[in-house]
Amino acid sequence: MEIVIHTDKLTKQFGNFTAVDNISFEVEKGEIFGFLGANGAGKTTAMRMLCGLSIPTSGKGLVAGFDIEKETEKVKKSIGYMSQKFSLYEDLKVWENIRLFAGIYGMNSKQIAHKTDTLLQQLGFESERDSFVKSLPLGWKQKLAFSVAIFHEPKIVFLDEPTGGVDPATRRQFWELIYDAADRGITVFVTTHYMDEAEYCDRVSIMVDGRIDALDTPKNLKKQFNANNMDEVFHQLARKAQRTDN
Amino acid sequence: MYAIEVKGLSKNYYQKKTGKYAGLGQLSSDGETVEGVTFNVDKGEIFGIIGPDGAGKTTLFRLLTTLLTPNTGTAKVDGFDVMTDLKEIRQRVGYMPGKFSLYQDMTVEENLKFFATVFNTTIEENYALVKDIYQQIEPFKTRRAGKLSGGMKQKLALSCALIHKPTVLFLDEPTTGVDPVSRKEFWGMLRKLKEQGITIIVSTPYMDEAFLCDRIGLIQQGLFLQIDTPQGIIDHFAHTLWAVQSNNMSKLLTDLRRHPAIDTCFAFGNVHHVTVSKPELTTSQLNDYLTEIGHEDIEIHAIQAGIEDCYMQLARKG
Repeated sequence: MEIVIHTDKLTKQFGNFTAVDNISFEVEKGEIFGFLGANGAGKTTAMRMLCGLSIPTSGKGLVAGFDIEKETEKVKKSIGYMSQKFSLYEDLKVWENIRLFAGIYGMNSKQIAHKTDTLLQQLGFESERDSFVKSLPLGWKQKLAFSVAIFHEPKIVFLDEPTGGVDPATRRQFWELIYDAADRGITVFVTTHYMDEAEYCDRVSIMVDGRIDALDTPKNLKKQFNANNMDEVFHQLARKAQRTDN
Repeated sequence: MYAIEVKGLSKNYYQKKTGKYAGLGQLSSDGETVEGVTFNVDKGEIFGIIGPDGAGKTTLFRLLTTLLTPNTGTAKVDGFDVMTDLKEIRQRVGYMPGKFSLYQDMTVEENLKFFATVFNTTIEENYALVKDIYQQIEPFKTRRAGKLSGGMKQKLALSCALIHKPTVLFLDEPTTGVDPVSRKEFWGMLRKLKEQGITIIVSTPYMDEAFLCDRIGLIQQGLFLQIDTPQGIIDHFAHTLWAVQSNNMSKLLTDLRRHPAIDTCFAFGNVHHVTVSKPELTTSQLNDYLTEIGHEDIEIHAIQAGIEDCYMQLARKG
């Protein structure tokens, strides 16, 4: 099995505050990996290091085979990223957003033109090609943002709370897109505050005070913590947190 | 007297950027007539407004806090009219907007003092009301508000919304983006405020928070789908609902949707929820069908609907 994310005692300190504390884990190709933790547990810092945006204080990390300390540009080219807060440019049209992001990732015009047609068809968005992104409903924006994040066929896509604020049906349609991407071999690394979504992941890690305190399949975690659902598992672990999100 | 009395209220505005009408209430397609919202909230009630982004939650809050004027309808807050009694209402309501709106460059204590002063009171005078919440951030009272973490900003904003001892508290998505443990804590604070007689109107996109409210309104595209107690909404769910699982959950989703007697099928954590459109279908028949097309470890149980099931059914019809 191919390992696409590998960390060994990865640590990030800000002054004397250890935001990420010695985390070691591996993620396999095509896996949907849920990265959970309370606010302030260190998720964002860890994710920034994995995306090549922040250099670790100590420890090692390989993403798509590249060193997250020394090969940050290669890391960035191998991944896709989407968050609820930032995804697409509102003042650009649908096709312009695709063109821009694909161009940044080094795809040529011919490739982009061809793939844009296919993508819009798959999403049923052909009629929206020339619409400004700001005119789309939130659920559509999120689907489009996800599709743009994986447009250049990255090995891994990082999703930071991708489903905030949408209605329950749209939230589920979004997960169906995630399943499709994983079936095509794209590894999905996702954070969420919806505990039912933790159940949709192949494996889940839970961060507490900068450490990974639990990591397994949802089924095994529930067994291990003698819990009925992931919400109970999360509460048992997060309640032990010493640090508040100051 | 109700704490809030709303009749036929609407506020539709043309959104240049989307080319559509948004807000509260619904315009007919010719733009001639409008359907507004009508509801009451009892004193001391926790009333939850549950729905996705763009459903009209914030517009409703701005109308009731006199920050917008309605196109149609009337609304009274604590007996005062939102059109004519702005001053009275503004003195009586506390409002915590969805977006953090305190002064980032002022310290924690300066913010609280500022809001107390604006309302002609002092921190000392109403300290008892905010004590439980403010004490948690008091150790950081000299820190600038902009430098606080999300959870601490939320506590400061709530303290500032309470410092003038409002009778009605409006909280616009106070728990969005907050982790499940902190969310539970926040709802604990709200229950304590309720015990002191404060009426609370709170909006949320998290369906699991419905049961922490006395009554809820499920909202979509500017109109309420249903208003009732959480249990009442569940009791009204009129469909047969099953939880189904097998060894291949993603194939199961497609296979269940193909079945002619199954109306809807959605993933719900580790199981799929299906509503059955033909009452003749039995669980053992469905089990046979799934076994035949290669599923193993099949489990099918009849279950009671949750708020999220109800929302999805209502939203489909609406």
